[in-house]
Amino acid sequence: MAAGFGGFVAATAAAGDLVVQPRMGFGDVAAMRSGLLATKRARAATAGTITVDSYTRVGDLESAAAALAAGAALNGYPLVSHGAETNRRMLRGVRDATFPVQVRHGSADPGKIFEALLDAGLDATEGGPVSYCLPYSRMPLSQAVEHWARGCELLAARGREAGREPHLETFGGCVLGQLCPPSQLVALSVLEAVFFRARGLRDISLSYAQQTDPGQDAEAVLALRALAGEFLGGVRWHVVVYAYMGVYPETPRGAASLLTAAAELAVRTGAERLIVKTEAESRRIPTISENVAALELAGTAARAARPVPPPPGGADSQVYAEARRLIEATLELHRDVGRALLRAFKLGYLDIPYCVHPDNRGAARSYIDGDGTLRWADVGALPLDGLVPRRRSRPVGSAELLDALHYVRRRHDGEG
Amino acid sequence: MIPIYPDPKARPRTRRPRAMVSGVASDSHTWNLVFLQLVCEEAGLDVVNLGPCVPDDLLVGECVDQRPDLLVISSVNGHGYRDGLRVVPRLRARPELAGTRIVIGGRLGVTGRREDGPAARLVAAGCDRVFDGGPGDLEEFRALAAEVASRTADGAASRAPVRLR
Ligand code: B12
Repeated sequence: MAAGFGGFVAATAAAGDLVVQPRMGFGDVAAMRSGLLATKRARAATAGTITVDSYTRVGDLESAAAALAAGAALNGYPLVSHGAETNRRMLRGVRDATFPVQVRHGSADPGKIFEALLDAGLDATEGGPVSYCLPYSRMPLSQAVEHWARGCELLAARGREAGREPHLETFGGCVLGQLCPPSQLVALSVLEAVFFRARGLRDISLSYAQQTDPGQDAEAVLALRALAGEFLGGVRWHVVVYAYMGVYPETPRGAASLLTAAAELAVRTGAERLIVKTEAESRRIPTISENVAALELAGTAARAARPVPPPPGGADSQVYAEARRLIEATLELHRDVGRALLRAFKLGYLDIPYCVHPDNRGAARSYIDGDGTLRWADVGALPLDGLVPRRRSRPVGSAELLDALHYVRRRHDGEG
Repeated sequence: MIPIYPDPKARPRTRRPRAMVSGVASDSHTWNLVFLQLVCEEAGLDVVNLGPCVPDDLLVGECVDQRPDLLVISSVNGHGYRDGLRVVPRLRARPELAGTRIVIGGRLGVTGRREDGPAARLVAAGCDRVFDGGPGDLEEFRALAAEVASRTADGAASRAPVRLR
């Protein structure tokens, strides 16, 4: 079977380089094609991205078509509405063995998007039954689990027909972008990967989004690697780090400093791939050249960070202990990992701080400690007894919430 | 049936003036909504937070049922002008909502700049204010929320029977 997305990443890693990838998506076909070509030509080991627009994400194809008809700008590429023929034409001469392309979407019901990407000749995408439901839609979690089970099966079966191993990345390492303690990000990423495997996928990546503290982040990525090794037998996997997904620095220097830290995190922890953010992040959808600049900055930072000693084991940290407890407590609830996830959320064994979806219990709360680490303020019903001290959280006001959301931005913008 | 999000922090209903905070159909961003809920509460309003990805029918239905004094629509994903222009006329078509102040705000387009044309159309469609990234947006919004809180509270008080001590 030919290499595919995972094979490309593995070969690049073996050659000692980090794959860097944008979050790029434009409504216009010509712009999308130019963006992919510019990504391919960028001076770094790149993979391409097609980020899908919000109407397509929520299944509102009517509004996507109306926006296209009106010539209005969209916040991503309407993959389904453009249709298979246009998509194939857009990708002609773009995607090849040296340049895999992944579709990034954010849909709780990904069936149509998966069909469209397979029809376009693609076979790499991302998401997950939890991470693309709770913070991304109003759909009951039970329905999203069903949709994702069918979606995985479709991707696994039809993807292989083309002679490559299809690839799926968890988004669980990012839920809500900010203020979710690292142990739960790691646990969700591993649990979604276990779900993907149960539904037939054999080539998987596990995500982790940079948070508030470099030391804690390194612990988290190493814990993620250790746990992937323990729970994902029979699968080829790699780890993908996301540059910070919360409120981003506003100055060019701040944005560059945060992206550089993300590249260093990836290299130091042996992650194979990095998704970048640009200096336009705090304001608007980035241009093609802003994306290329971010890719090249990240690639350069990654090369400068080498060589590094082989990363330590990762199984002896606080993040590892908490994540392992969350994963085991969940998997014990049912043989079927989808059912186990549903029960875990019902019981509050998994609980995403500040997520307002009705299937999220909403009893757990987080805070940024004086030393910059992200911790549990209130564990709610999470099974973390003996690992995390029990505290009661107090309600926060708007100023205090904004302060926490802006913590990373302030530090990198040089505001202390 | 589409579920309604509970308040992130549930609290007993009082008869204080009420704000409804809502995302729009295509937008899943949530921190903006949690933040705006807190701002409204601090201004003295009771808040119902409908959460993100609210379909137009649900938003109209909830508003007609609950008759908020202030409806706060927020969108940051770049489709806000379009989504707002679709749903605001539907809200204003309901006579039950004649007394509801409707404001919309956030990052409403994909260019990072305010767009005067769509903003003016939103006002023409019945938005009382459009907060699309002006410098004083938040202060002005806080003042407006406080005014709604006090004005409607005064109104409620003046309707209450006078009692001798
Ligand atoms: C966190 C985040 C996410 C998280 C959201 C998690 C969640 N459920 O909330 C995740 C990762 C899931 C996400 C997803 C997406 N995101 Co996003 N996200 C952000 C980010 C980094 C921070 C937003 C945030 O939390 N801010 C904190 C809150 C408190 O502030 P705020 O939302 O900025 O709102 C402030 C003001 O706008 C104002 N305000 C907002 N609404 C209102 C209303 C009124 C009445 C008033 C007075 C004021 C007001 O008050 C707030 C406080 O100052 C921003 C970029 C940034 N700022 O750094 C991008 C950003 C908002 N996202 C963006 C996009 C496009 C998306 C996606 C479509 C994916 C994509 N194509 O990149 C998806 C959304 C899918 C969908 N269906 O809509 C774009 C929007 C582009 C634009 N408008 O031009 C941004 C700007 C990033 C970028 N540069 O591309 N995102």
